[in-house]
Amino acid sequence: MSDTHARTVAFSRDTMLPPVPPPVRETGAVRWLRENLLGGPLNVALTVLSLVAIWWALSGFLPWAWRGIWDASSLTECRARRDELYGPGVPAACWAIIAERWPQLVFGFYPQSGYWRPPVALAVFLVAVMPVLFPSLPRRMLWLLPPAPFVIYWLLWGGSLWGPATVAAGFALGWGVWLLARRGGAGAGLALAAGVAAAALWWWWIAGPLAGTLARGVPLALQPVLSKDMGGFTLSFVIGLSAIVLSLPLGVLLALARRSEMPIISTVAVVYIEIIRGVPLIVWLFTAQLLLNYFLPRGTNFDLMLRVIIMVTLFAAAYLAEVIRGGLAALPKGQFEAADALGLGYWQSMRLVVLPQALKISIPGIVNTFIGLFKDTTLVAFIGMFDPIGLTGSIRATTAWNGIYWEPYVFIAIVFFVVCYAMSRYSIWLERRLEREHRPAT
Amino acid sequence: MTDAALADPAPRPALGEVAVQITGMNKWYGQFHVLRDINLTVMRGERIVICGPSGSGKSTLIRCINRLEEHQSGRIVVDGTELTSNLKNIDKVRSEVGMVFQHFNLFPHLTVLENCTLAPIWVRKVPKREAEETAMHFLRKVRIPEQANKYPGQLSGGQQQRVAIARSLCMRPKIMLFDEPTSALDPEMIKEVLDTMIELAQEGMTMLCVTHEMGFARQVADRVIFMDQGQIVEQNEPEAFFNNPQSERTKLFLSQILGH
Repeated sequence: MSDTHARTVAFSRDTMLPPVPPPVRETGAVRWLRENLLGGPLNVALTVLSLVAIWWALSGFLPWAWRGIWDASSLTECRARRDELYGPGVPAACWAIIAERWPQLVFGFYPQSGYWRPPVALAVFLVAVMPVLFPSLPRRMLWLLPPAPFVIYWLLWGGSLWGPATVAAGFALGWGVWLLARRGGAGAGLALAAGVAAAALWWWWIAGPLAGTLARGVPLALQPVLSKDMGGFTLSFVIGLSAIVLSLPLGVLLALARRSEMPIISTVAVVYIEIIRGVPLIVWLFTAQLLLNYFLPRGTNFDLMLRVIIMVTLFAAAYLAEVIRGGLAALPKGQFEAADALGLGYWQSMRLVVLPQALKISIPGIVNTFIGLFKDTTLVAFIGMFDPIGLTGSIRATTAWNGIYWEPYVFIAIVFFVVCYAMSRYSIWLERRLEREHRPAT
Repeated sequence: MTDAALADPAPRPALGEVAVQITGMNKWYGQFHVLRDINLTVMRGERIVICGPSGSGKSTLIRCINRLEEHQSGRIVVDGTELTSNLKNIDKVRSEVGMVFQHFNLFPHLTVLENCTLAPIWVRKVPKREAEETAMHFLRKVRIPEQANKYPGQLSGGQQQRVAIARSLCMRPKIMLFDEPTSALDPEMIKEVLDTMIELAQEGMTMLCVTHEMGFARQVADRVIFMDQGQIVEQNEPEAFFNNPQSERTKLFLSQILGH
């Protein structure tokens, strides 16, 4: 540039600069290594220290796991094989316990002829929730959702198909009556009452005899299984997944109730949330196990597993309510006002405008709660249920496996990790997807 | 449905019908007396600009007209329906009155088209196809039909505000409220929004606009209302209001906003 140009104040660009790529030194793996691992003496020292720590941690564990013995029928046999292979006293895992007790760890005391049922139930569950989890699937698949719980119940607990089928028919009837009443011009309250009444009458008078008649005519039945025979990961999954599915809607309702302008409703929600959150889950589980029987009317014998599912659901819902309340609070007031100004009713504006955005904001917290809930199902070991942790105790109590601790715990930890990590990855995927679609408001 | 049939939200009605009637209305925030003895009658097809210093209660006043704010005494009758705590009446008024906000308040999780069809489908129970036709008509009218399938966050401020206007028009409102529609916009985008509003005014829409755009007021307003400290201080036709203001407070305000 000429001298005169540099000294003039006035400047006018005649050509625009095209974009150019950054220098190679500033991109890629080389830059990452230099910046993150080897940037200065302190970083180099920390890198070396970390490598030593990793080596120290894994040098014991990996050979132990790698040398593992897979075929043996008792701990003694395991040790004998180890001495034979590696010499006495060399650390080696005894994975044989997993191989030998696999059916028990997965199914508990489920009858052997029915081992196909829990996996099929899980498959039904996964297929039914697919269209909810992945919005790109055809919306028609949502029709799989309503019948799924009844099919899953039938697969797991067995008995006549007509029991769950007539119960489901009651729901369908109630919904049909509600729809007809709405079409016929009835008010929302009246239509709801009519629907509930129709379903109740159906269940009370018709469902039982009808199920009996149908069962005699077309006996479609599976061998009945009692809740107490379910154990292992089957138990964890039944409790965990039921509570996850049931606690989300309850949590949403509680969060909305807590923000309600009606003081009674919001007070009830606050009291509920604070009491449930303030008491450890294990106490609630003991309550479910022992105390509920005192409160319930004489003669009602509530299945323990059902009681536990209800308790875990109520517990998780309180946490979810707080997470979702955070999402609701993060929404600009203008969103509520715009929905109001367009004439949308309360439930419409919640469903169409507020919740889609609030739930999106809350995804990390919601999934966090779900992961915690799923891991907390192991607490049922303390009320005498045979989840995987409970089973390790009873397996150890046999003479064959007396004294084995690490191997079953490592295995259980890996299974829980895989499930929880999958949930975590899903939540990250969902967040990214929604981020791409829904740009933030400006 | 043809475009001609869609052309105007409502044919310009005969003057003389009352659209909004406010009598002796007061509102408090706690102890703070934010609106004091407001009396205002707006006729069908009238275009009213409300101005005044910030905190004078002008936004609160128009937000009372669709009950985004509650008033504590006096009466507000909108299109023959009195606003009380009766939820049915509130919903009725809200579906007849469109509102455009300073910060647009578009729904960021819905596309432009879905923003426009949401209320017609769920409140008016219009079939989806028909709602989309109406929406495209109004999007053409505010000159952004090509953005229909984008999300609000992908649009400029001026475009977003025009979508917000189209979204309100899709409900075929009888009255439109504008709450400082250009205050959050970059200067180069103000004109496109004002042009849309002017067009709407020329078609005979009943409009109440809170705005500081005095050029707009001169061009389209039938009446300019000046508010201060929660009261209507002065109102007049724009010519007289700007050229011959009566109260000292109005003169001061006008000298401040027109002086620079």
